[in-house]
Amino acid sequence: MPSFVMVEKCDGCKGQDKTACMYICPNDLMLLDKDGSMGYGEMKAFNRDPSMCWECYNCVKICPQQAVDVRGYADFVPMGASCVPLRGSQDIMWTVKFRDGAVKRFKFPIRTNAEGSAQPLGGYDEGDGDINSVNLMTEPKSAGTDKMPTI
Amino acid sequence: MANWETVVVETDLLICGGGMSACGCAVEAAYWAKKNGLKVTMVDKATPVRSGAVAMGLSAINEYIGYGAGDNPLEDYIKYVRQDLMGIARDDLVYNIARHVDSSVHLFEKWGLPIWLDENGKYVREGRWQLMINGESYKVIVAEAAINAMNDAGFEIYERVFIIGPIMDGDRIAGAYGFSTRENKFYVFKAKAVYAGMGGAVHVFRPRSVGEGLGRSWYPPFNSGATTFFQIMAGAELTCQEIRFIPVRFKDAYGPVGAWFLLFKSRATSATGGEYMAVRKEELQNWAPYGLVKPIPANLRNYLGMLDVDAGLGPLYMETAEAIQNIAKAYEGDDKAFKKKMKELENEAWEDFLDMTVSQSILWAANNIYPEKSRSEIAACEPYFIGSHSGGSGAWVSGPEDIDTPYKWGYGNMTTTKGLFTAGDGSGASSHKFSSGSHAEGRYAGKQAIRFVLDNNSQPKVDDAVVETLKKATFAPMDLFEANKKFTTDANINPNYLRPMQFMFRLQKLMDEYAGGVSSAFKTSKSLLERGVELLTLLKEDSAKLGAETPYELERCWENTHRMYQAEAHVRTMLFREETRWPGYYFRADTPKMDEDNWHCFVNCTYADGDWKFEKKEVVKLVD
Repeated sequence: MPSFVMVEKCDGCKGQDKTACMYICPNDLMLLDKDGSMGYGEMKAFNRDPSMCWECYNCVKICPQQAVDVRGYADFVPMGASCVPLRGSQDIMWTVKFRDGAVKRFKFPIRTNAEGSAQPLGGYDEGDGDINSVNLMTEPKSAGTDKMPTI
Repeated sequence: MANWETVVVETDLLICGGGMSACGCAVEAAYWAKKNGLKVTMVDKATPVRSGAVAMGLSAINEYIGYGAGDNPLEDYIKYVRQDLMGIARDDLVYNIARHVDSSVHLFEKWGLPIWLDENGKYVREGRWQLMINGESYKVIVAEAAINAMNDAGFEIYERVFIIGPIMDGDRIAGAYGFSTRENKFYVFKAKAVYAGMGGAVHVFRPRSVGEGLGRSWYPPFNSGATTFFQIMAGAELTCQEIRFIPVRFKDAYGPVGAWFLLFKSRATSATGGEYMAVRKEELQNWAPYGLVKPIPANLRNYLGMLDVDAGLGPLYMETAEAIQNIAKAYEGDDKAFKKKMKELENEAWEDFLDMTVSQSILWAANNIYPEKSRSEIAACEPYFIGSHSGGSGAWVSGPEDIDTPYKWGYGNMTTTKGLFTAGDGSGASSHKFSSGSHAEGRYAGKQAIRFVLDNNSQPKVDDAVVETLKKATFAPMDLFEANKKFTTDANINPNYLRPMQFMFRLQKLMDEYAGGVSSAFKTSKSLLERGVELLTLLKEDSAKLGAETPYELERCWENTHRMYQAEAHVRTMLFREETRWPGYYFRADTPKMDEDNWHCFVNCTYADGDWKFEKKEVVKLVD
């Protein structure tokens, strides 16, 4: 619808320091109805502007309760299909359900190292450290060359 | 407005945005700033972990040269880009991005991005310049390095702060202002240099889907023209504002076609099976020399398909089943190898969508489309403004100092406004940088911005009275709503204000009908554009009547004001250029031919005191 929140599963991230879907949505669409005064239920999240949703699935992937899913856009997607991700620290698993009942499962890697471990210099030497040179940090080595080319 | 506390942040370099280029800028600038005792601050309307065009993920890296290993000469990339843009590109900028892009890609790999390798340990090339990746977490990984670099240096990142526009000290940038979408805080960032990296612009034109699917644009709806607005208001010169981008993608969900064309060698055909690139080959003569060199420019490929649609030969299709069968032919007779190959192809095809456009997977599953069994519809999307891809719009920036180029006025990637830097979707005439090139260009701009600060190490003056005026203007839509909401029984219909969605629909309708959108079959003319300007002028007056009930709506109000200025720059530039150079992106029906004698040039524009100025700039090549 695009993304929707299942009433039974959403706990408003009460055990977390912030609501995961609100934190991650690139378009600021997810909102928590803390006291139920907005009409969505106490401590329940919702998508406040479905027609601005890109279906990026970031709210679906991050939800610790798996309370968020996507129903394809009403104006062009026939009913009955779904894509459900299960994102781990190293890979993501997808279950794709077809309208005709067929199910496909896929598993793809998402990163080659531990979460949080990306070091800005990537293990390269920092380079010449000269603010006036053409070399960016780690260049020329990180560019795969001994000297940055010019023309 | 009374409840909004003013927060002042002083810094040396302010990075606005959190996408690929801004993360490139942050990781690089943090390094140079720490080394030189300076301070960098980053501000994003979302969280860099998942913001910008790569927020969902990406299934390929589209710019990688491999010049160190001798895969490709850098010069060939210059020729490729200029050719794709119908002769209009800044060779100096394209070269500079290309020589730094391999470094960024190698860093991505070290940071944890899985890049496909062949049996010899070499990157798998999707096409000559493209690499295949497992890119679901591409942005997470790139942001992680930037965030780690900022944290290591003790620098701050402000999330969920929406930047509206620049603060000036005469002709020098002095900072930026905006507001928090989480707390009642008005932000004033004072900076010696500013990097504007807030992406391109979507929803300037009416999308094909106008119901719930409004948000399923190919480029993300949260790229809302903030960079262009920022540059315009800072007095920076813009270039190529007429070169919008229209991708041809799988229809409606806009799933990627790159792997189908490049990796699976699929054909695009009309409904009757004719391959429009072959059937309509003669048409390319009319667009020589660009139409006669491979790869054929993206806009011309679009155009040939559009001619088929005009001739009643639609829908257009990607012949996925045929492509897969062709690949599988090599394994005939070996049942085990055939099954293995088909499984591999199926995985690759679905990952292409699931990594970056999940909606396309849903759409296929909902239509019971199995790509190995049936073909799938493709169509031209609505127009977008995206200087990083195959459009050209962006700021006119200074070229690299070590290169002999006529386009230089100091620091690389500085706009014509002193201290204002940009890259990615923000810099023009340097297309085909995509995600990796945007990151590399952002890094370059970040280093140059720090160099600028070292040479201009004084805090610009920011007048308190100006800040108060900006604060009042920021919250005017909320004040207007509050003052008038009780006048009508339905807060949505009120003669005293327009809500942001209503305003956006008005902008999209006029752009669609007068400036060559989808419903106009991408055609416009001098008279249509002139009428479009009249309507835009009225819309601009009415932007003072934008009303917002909540901070969320306030964010949407300002996004639409940003879009409106992008629209105006676009319409006026198309009006100025009296030819048709990029059919397939737009067609000026009153000047239907390309005019190399008079219009082989950049068109640049600047905005000052309510007036637009236009001028032609010569295209100077670095290589033939």
